[in-house]
Amino acid sequence: MLAGLAAILKRDVRLALRQSADNGMAVGFFVLTVILFPLGVGPEPAVLARIAPGILWVTALLASMLSLERLFAADYEDGSLDLMALAPLPLPLLVLTKCLAHWLLTGLPMVVLAPLLGVLLSLDPAGYGTLVLAMALGTPVLALVGAIGAALTLGARRGGVLLSLLVLPLYIPVLIFGVAAIDAAIYGTGARPHLLLLGGALLAALALCPLASAAALRQALE
Amino acid sequence: MTASRLGRPTMSQRRSGSSLHRFANPSRFLRLGRRLAPWFAVLATAFIGAGLYVGLFVAPPDYQQGESVRIMYVHVPAAWMALFVYTCIAASSVVSLVWRHPLADLIAKASAPVGAGFTAIALVSGSLWGQPMWGTWWVWDARLTSVLILFFLYLGHIALMNAFDDPTRGARAAAILAVVGFINIPIIKFSVDWWHTLHQPASVFRLGGPTIDISMLVPLFLMALGFTFYYLLLLMLRVRSEIVARKIRTAQLLQSAP
Repeated sequence: MLAGLAAILKRDVRLALRQSADNGMAVGFFVLTVILFPLGVGPEPAVLARIAPGILWVTALLASMLSLERLFAADYEDGSLDLMALAPLPLPLLVLTKCLAHWLLTGLPMVVLAPLLGVLLSLDPAGYGTLVLAMALGTPVLALVGAIGAALTLGARRGGVLLSLLVLPLYIPVLIFGVAAIDAAIYGTGARPHLLLLGGALLAALALCPLASAAALRQALE
Repeated sequence: MTASRLGRPTMSQRRSGSSLHRFANPSRFLRLGRRLAPWFAVLATAFIGAGLYVGLFVAPPDYQQGESVRIMYVHVPAAWMALFVYTCIAASSVVSLVWRHPLADLIAKASAPVGAGFTAIALVSGSLWGQPMWGTWWVWDARLTSVLILFFLYLGHIALMNAFDDPTRGARAAAILAVVGFINIPIIKFSVDWWHTLHQPASVFRLGGPTIDISMLVPLFLMALGFTFYYLLLLMLRVRSEIVARKIRTAQLLQSAP
């Protein structure tokens, strides 16, 4: 079973690297949109430092949502999703594997790039460690929760707009605790409770989201 | 949706004629709804009328809030209904996902716009009350934010329901979304206990009994009962019109077939 899941992981990563437009675009969107903010609100370092955690998280949310549409859509259209569902693998684990591949290709680059973009936004030095930690805990939640929306909107009319309406409200807790953790680290009030809540959200999402996505995929493939 | 699922009871449904299953058959539900709807209309009008009268003229003004406390007699029941209707949608979604019952889908579909309406009323009336009391139309505290998320969940549910060419697919997808979104309901209920919010903590449904005087509880519960019957009335009417619409659609399809 593990071999099968590893094969799917390898296939997804290889496909994405060979035609890197989709995932590359999400990361490019992340960088470009963050760069727009200093131009939009003015290059004042104090202002930028104040809103830097919010900018980074909101942009990460949007970038992650943007790439979700392709999570199952390509496999759904060419029929490989049917074959995967017929394979002797539990569908929730398959969803989990696809989410892992998706996170490696979009979430992980964002975790790596976030501190660099933090420098551009003159983020307070005390916030960098927490920024990376919070992003590392939060972006997998975005992928897991987003997978439910991606599975639900398979074959829907205007799937992209619909996906944002479904997924963004569910992303809000991650945004709140992610930003609160970085702010707490900067103002020295202790980021630990916020990071623990993010970690708890990640564990809950790991356990529950693949089940919901698998149910959604099953009804899409019926 | 085929004609047989909505038309006469099938063999299995006829055999399991016990308790709740009897009302789960759409045509029996139609008959029941036709009989009950006038009663719901009368009860909703009576309770809302009595609640508005007691709330606006009989109940005393609050010692701190003055006359603007009367906004609460609309705001609080509407907020309760927002949670109650979503809970109904989630429950019928579970029934629809587990037993594949067509009536559960219809109830979820009929309830969603009503729940969204109650949520909008709660948000707007709360905002109108907040301006004189808190000095602001809106604050980003946990209760207000989580109710706003509930409103967007309702909108997403409605949009997803209508996003597919096949209504059964839309219903199934919306049911999964409703169950996933149910996580928000306990968050709304307990947000005032878990976080220090500007929104006041629970004062009616709490351990140790309500902290509100009986003269204010009476109009609150009258309005809540009135809103509940109003919801049931709309539910009956909307489910009935949906069943009729699907019957018409099936008839048209059968007619256009060669």
